[in-house]
Amino acid sequence: MAIANILLVDDEIPFLETMTKRLTKREFITESASGAPEAIRMLEINSLIEVVILDVKMPEMDGLSALKIIRQRFPLVEVIMLTGHATIESAIEGMKLGAFDYLMKPCDMEQLVSKVREAAMKKRRHEEKIIEAELKKITVSRI
Amino acid sequence: MNQRSLLKNPYYRSLINKMVFIAIAVSFAPMLVVSGSMLNRFSISHNEKLYAHLGELVLKHRQNIDGFLVEKLNNIRFMAKSFDIEDLKNEKFLRNNLAALQTEYGSVFEDLGFINEEGIQVTYAGPFKLEKASYSNSEWFRKAINSDYFISDVFLGLRGTPHFIITVRLKNNGTPWILRATINFAAFNSLVENLRIGETGFAFILNSKGEFQSKPFFEVTHRKPYSFYESIKAGRKTKDGLFFSEIADDSGSENIYVASLIKNEDWILIYRQDKSDAFADLNQAKEAAIFIIFMGGIVIIVTSFLLSRWMVTKIAKADWEKELMNQQVIETGKLASLGELASGIAHEINNPVAIMVEEAGWVNDLMEDERLVSKENRDEIERALAQIKTQGKRCREITQKLLSFARKTVTSSEDVTINELIKEVIGFCAQRAKFGNVVINSKLQENLPVMQLSNSELQQVLLNLLNNAMDALEGNKGGNITVTSDLEGNEVVIRVEDDGPGIPKVNLGRIFDPFFTTKPVGKGTGLGLSICYGIIKEMGGEITVSSVIDAGTTFHVRLPFKKNN
Repeated sequence: MAIANILLVDDEIPFLETMTKRLTKREFITESASGAPEAIRMLEINSLIEVVILDVKMPEMDGLSALKIIRQRFPLVEVIMLTGHATIESAIEGMKLGAFDYLMKPCDMEQLVSKVREAAMKKRRHEEKIIEAELKKITVSRI
Repeated sequence: MNQRSLLKNPYYRSLINKMVFIAIAVSFAPMLVVSGSMLNRFSISHNEKLYAHLGELVLKHRQNIDGFLVEKLNNIRFMAKSFDIEDLKNEKFLRNNLAALQTEYGSVFEDLGFINEEGIQVTYAGPFKLEKASYSNSEWFRKAINSDYFISDVFLGLRGTPHFIITVRLKNNGTPWILRATINFAAFNSLVENLRIGETGFAFILNSKGEFQSKPFFEVTHRKPYSFYESIKAGRKTKDGLFFSEIADDSGSENIYVASLIKNEDWILIYRQDKSDAFADLNQAKEAAIFIIFMGGIVIIVTSFLLSRWMVTKIAKADWEKELMNQQVIETGKLASLGELASGIAHEINNPVAIMVEEAGWVNDLMEDERLVSKENRDEIERALAQIKTQGKRCREITQKLLSFARKTVTSSEDVTINELIKEVIGFCAQRAKFGNVVINSKLQENLPVMQLSNSELQQVLLNLLNNAMDALEGNKGGNITVTSDLEGNEVVIRVEDDGPGIPKVNLGRIFDPFFTTKPVGKGTGLGLSICYGIIKEMGGEITVSSVIDAGTTFHVRLPFKKNN
């Protein structure tokens, strides 16, 4: 099993490409999207995606708006905000909207890897709890 | 800035002078005009009343003197008409009549005489031995023999003492006779003298030649008596026959003269008074008025000066505060625009730097798999990649500070114990201080109020100030830092004081400007103190600096608190 399935979202294509390659090299299954609408479409198609690394400042749709949609439609997917424009306000806003964490560009790869792992673990635990709850329901109904 | 230094400014000094001048002019001018015109009206009115009063007195006195003379003349005329020539030739009869007159009028009638047409005194009644005395050569006799009655001027005559006579002419078979009475000079003189006003006012009589007909109470010295008489008559004449004049005597003192002709205009009754004596009341009133104006003037000057000074101090203070506010507005505007700029720059730089760092990281990742490169080159590539990462991190730190500076703070306030916070920050710095040979002391006032503010932000400020102090001291091979806390009025004051090299005066004014730094390139961004300034301003406080070269620098952080905190 791969370490985690990641969707990397950023409008900076060179950053997107290099970061994808570096995460893939670290055995993450990494998808990439150059904007929020594309990322949402990919999440609809690929249900294996566990962690979204989301840039805050993007054209078309900004990261915080995208975060709201993701939390609504894909509540189990964890989101790490990554931006070159970190402010306390946007960080607080992101955390309020349910982001897993908030990192500032340029970030340390090891720190990012660590955060992605933690996010993936959280997502998996969450899924396990849900499955356990479902199993309990099924068991109880059979009994 | 204190009141004295504000008022040293030439502009404010000139403003005080102008205000004092205007206040004095505006207050003085009406006061002087009103006082002057009132005093003038009062003087005119006083003059008129004084002269009217004196005129009235002289008129009454003229009536008295004329009445006296007419009465005495009538007495003699009565005698002349009532008795025969033969009776009057009888000495005893004459003595009896003199006694009767003296019984009636006292010593006014000195003697009586009956004179024939040759001027020989046929009969005489009186204290002198003037029986058979001859008056044929006397001037008065010549005048008396030619008129029905006659009153002479004062003269010495045969007796050698001043007197004057009243004569009445009688005719017996065409032969003229003269009945003569001598009027006691002392009695007449006391009547004339009976007009005394003030210290120098008195009356006297002159004949038409300017000779005295009464003894003046004070000496009257005029070189030419006749011209004096003329001068009196040349004065302002009223319809009552009064003459008013002001003439200086030989000593130069100015005198008031009020005169009236008497005895069928042969004599002139003169009242004289020293002008300063006559106007003593007016002069006293003038002096009192001048004293009141003078005192009022002093009060006006002092009040104008104090009021102007007070007002200019208020203006100067308001100007100073306005100037300070303008500076703060400029500073705030500068910071705000720089903040916007910094925010944009941070974002624009962070993305390419992120790409650069990630690319370097990617090369590094690839290098782990690459075995073709020689060890020497590999080491060099790895060093270069590490350098790219290091510099990338530095860029990030700079942009983080820029963002922190640009940040529009949304801070959460909490209960902060200032002394605890200071101790905590000193603790953070302990390790660095130890290596830098810096001793950090603290003098903390106990029982400071608990403040409601952002703990992390105040920590950031103090940490920044301590780091700056340590930077200054480390360059100086160590030293001392003292952190104090005090309660001053409604403010908690934190001071960070070092005994380092101090800040040159030219840099003090710019110390809180963004990007201003005296540290070597790469060591400081010039944003630390700007951020501190912004944070303390947000808290409603104030941060200031004072520094003396080679003595040290002190940063003062003033934080207001409310008692309900």
